[in-house]
Amino acid sequence: MAVQRNMNPKKTPMPVQDPNVRNHNFSEVALGYTYEMAVEEAKRCLHCPKKPCQSACPVAIDIPAFIEKVANEDMEGAYEILSASSALPAVCGRVCPQENQCEGKCVRGIKGEPVGIGRLERFVADYHREHSKEAPKMPVSNGHKVAVIGAGPSGLTAAGDLAKMGYKVTVYEALHLAGGVLVYGIPEFRLPKKIVQEEIDGLKAIGVDIETNMVIGKILTIDELFEMGNEAVYIASGAGLPRFMNIPGESLKGVYSANEYLTRVNLMKAYREDSKTPIKKSKNVAVVGGGNVAMDAARSAKRLGAENVYIVYRRSMEELPARKEEVEHAEEEGIIFKLLNNPVEILGDEDGMVKGMKCIEMELGEPDESGRRRPVAKEGSEFVLDVDTVIMSIGTSPNPLIRSTTPGLDTNRHGCIITNGDDGLTTREGVYAGGDAVTGAATVILAMGAGKHAAKAIDEYIKNKNK
Amino acid sequence: MFKIIKKEALNPTVTKMVIEAPLIAKKAEPGQFIIIRAKEDSERIPLTVADYDRENGTVTIIFQIVGAGTMELNTLNEGECVHDFVGPLGRASEIEGLKKVAVVGGGVGCAIAYPVAKKLHELGCEVHTITGFRNKDLVILEDEFKAVSDKQVMMTDDGSYGEKGLVTNALEKLINDGNQYDEVIAIGPLVMMKFVCKVTEKYNIKTTVSMNPIMIDGTGMCGGCRLTVGGETKFACVDGPDFDGHLVDFDEAMHRGTMYKEFEQHAREESCNLLNMEVK
Ligand SMILES: Cc1cc2nc3c(=O)[nH]c(=O)nc-3n(C[C@H](O)[C@H](O)[C@H](O)COP(=O)(O)OP(=O)(O)OC[C@H]3O[C@@H](n4cnc5c(N)ncnc54)[C@H](O)[C@@H]3O)c2cc1C
Ligand code: FES
Repeated sequence: MAVQRNMNPKKTPMPVQDPNVRNHNFSEVALGYTYEMAVEEAKRCLHCPKKPCQSACPVAIDIPAFIEKVANEDMEGAYEILSASSALPAVCGRVCPQENQCEGKCVRGIKGEPVGIGRLERFVADYHREHSKEAPKMPVSNGHKVAVIGAGPSGLTAAGDLAKMGYKVTVYEALHLAGGVLVYGIPEFRLPKKIVQEEIDGLKAIGVDIETNMVIGKILTIDELFEMGNEAVYIASGAGLPRFMNIPGESLKGVYSANEYLTRVNLMKAYREDSKTPIKKSKNVAVVGGGNVAMDAARSAKRLGAENVYIVYRRSMEELPARKEEVEHAEEEGIIFKLLNNPVEILGDEDGMVKGMKCIEMELGEPDESGRRRPVAKEGSEFVLDVDTVIMSIGTSPNPLIRSTTPGLDTNRHGCIITNGDDGLTTREGVYAGGDAVTGAATVILAMGAGKHAAKAIDEYIKNKNK
Repeated sequence: MFKIIKKEALNPTVTKMVIEAPLIAKKAEPGQFIIIRAKEDSERIPLTVADYDRENGTVTIIFQIVGAGTMELNTLNEGECVHDFVGPLGRASEIEGLKKVAVVGGGVGCAIAYPVAKKLHELGCEVHTITGFRNKDLVILEDEFKAVSDKQVMMTDDGSYGEKGLVTNALEKLINDGNQYDEVIAIGPLVMMKFVCKVTEKYNIKTTVSMNPIMIDGTGMCGGCRLTVGGETKFACVDGPDFDGHLVDFDEAMHRGTMYKEFEQHAREESCNLLNMEVK
């Protein structure tokens, strides 16, 4: 059916909560397209024959095809196309850095704004969740067992794919709740936990076992997982170990890693009045770093009542690695960007509480190995930022629990598990790995993609072995 | 869900629970800890493994009722279940090959010191134990310590039981009596460990302490448990909880321990009120 194209150069705007209301609550910021808005936006797609958007999608969703279904108001058809490639469309529609992926390659973006692919993905997934009554089908068992370590997006994706192929999958998760970063890191206002829970319930409904409170490497080793009858193991334990700057004062009270701050807020619900887990009531907060994690920490601090929240980042706006939308939302909510500044010391009072952070101004010099211009300190430009809380958000690396208890599993000098390219095979037979545990902190979609590839490779491995 | 097989009050503020957790019981070693959540919305509380029974599949924990979390845990009774029980976490104490050791325990820290003393005893090491309490009413695990010690010294601050004085007095006396220890293992309040280390430093005796900072996940994910040891940042949950006492920055650890004092006090009062209401 031919549809009337919508030639508006701008994206159909996303309804959002008012910035000055939402910076006091933890409800979702972006409210999602209505049915009519979704159909309107879908009509902006030109259906380019080369599909540049699809080739820029880490899991190669057939984007023009699903958008066409939306334009034709066949939402279930659109969902089928999405779910053929993505295990977590409701999540990815909300958190993917679309501007660097699909939308970055959209032809409509050359002369105006790209098609709102992420927004449409989110709409379709939400619509399906709210309207579909079909109970998931229990796959036919093939009699083989696989263990997955870590219930983040990578582990959950691999588990879902393997379960659909008939494997009996058990996912072992260290925390008391499944979801990985989706539940302990990314805040409610960006990704409602209900959505993550529903995705997990969907996996359970097709027979995936999720065992929480199981720290692999401690309670069971990978060798023991094999002894228990698993024929392959997929390691998706993420990269949770926070880095610090090693500057004076980092052990003062009021200095958090972003992981600790966000875990208290998200996993332990410290934002609720009735929470039993404490968090500091701060007045002035400095968040050090410029990624999604830093934005989430800053926006959470604001919502918890801080008056002034600063993002302290040593490069400029251009290099800021966070999703564009998050930076815009943060600015609207009153987060203050202190760019081209680097902390040199955190100052404390006699009680050991943070009372300020000494920073130095930076300027951009010659490009470094990463191709970005290297920030260099401006001599004599030190100043003190008046803060009572500092949140360090300068990166994470994989924790040592698995590598230190699995003989023959090679890791690189950052502690990331070494794999032979796409299928995720490690240096141990039958052991596969993917997601942040392999790449270091990256994105949900890459972690998910790695889970899909590994599931396929594990299936081939087990089939060949049993031939 | 993990069933409470046995619950016993060791003294008015210290409770012992035996919990059914066969997989953890199979792996646990002295020095390791577990993280417990009493109910679905409870805090995560780290507690050291006080004992384990590999055959019966149980793990024993001993806790002092200090804050809202432990108070809530203490409302659970035999036959009921704790919601979450994770472990064994941290590294096991390195005690193989020691010939003569002094184990110093202070207060509820004795619950952590006991399994270490027991294991040393089983390994054929000569074990001297020094246990310290504020007063007679607070004494715990006396018989257990006696059973695994070649020498046992009981100290109370007020002299109401055993000898009057601090554990450091007793330790220094034993050293001066000519006892040559391969190692001193000190487990108790931060101040106690700090002063034990001051004594042993003087005599140049290797000293291991068990640190219990504020923790959340216990897997190296939050960094809340960090300490400065020998000038480096260490995470107690994965690098410890045992550390070389002569390298630990105790003053910093003491400061960090008071981070949520106000919240704790408030939460404690609230739960007291709730409990009082329930009782009425
Ligand atoms: C605050 C924050 C915001 C982010 N925002 C975005 C965003 O907007 N967009 C985006 O694309 N990406 C974002 N990311 C990155 C993204 O979340 C991660 O790249 C992704 O979650 C990685 O998935 P994973 O499955 O590899 O690991 P994780 O999600 O980290 O999951 C690993 C799981 O393994 C468990 N585990 C670890 N060790 C063990 C063990 N020994 N035994 C058992 N279980 C274990 C962990 O508890 C965890 O649940 C963000 C990250 C953070 C922290
Ligand atoms: S408790 Fe979180 S890192 Fe140790």
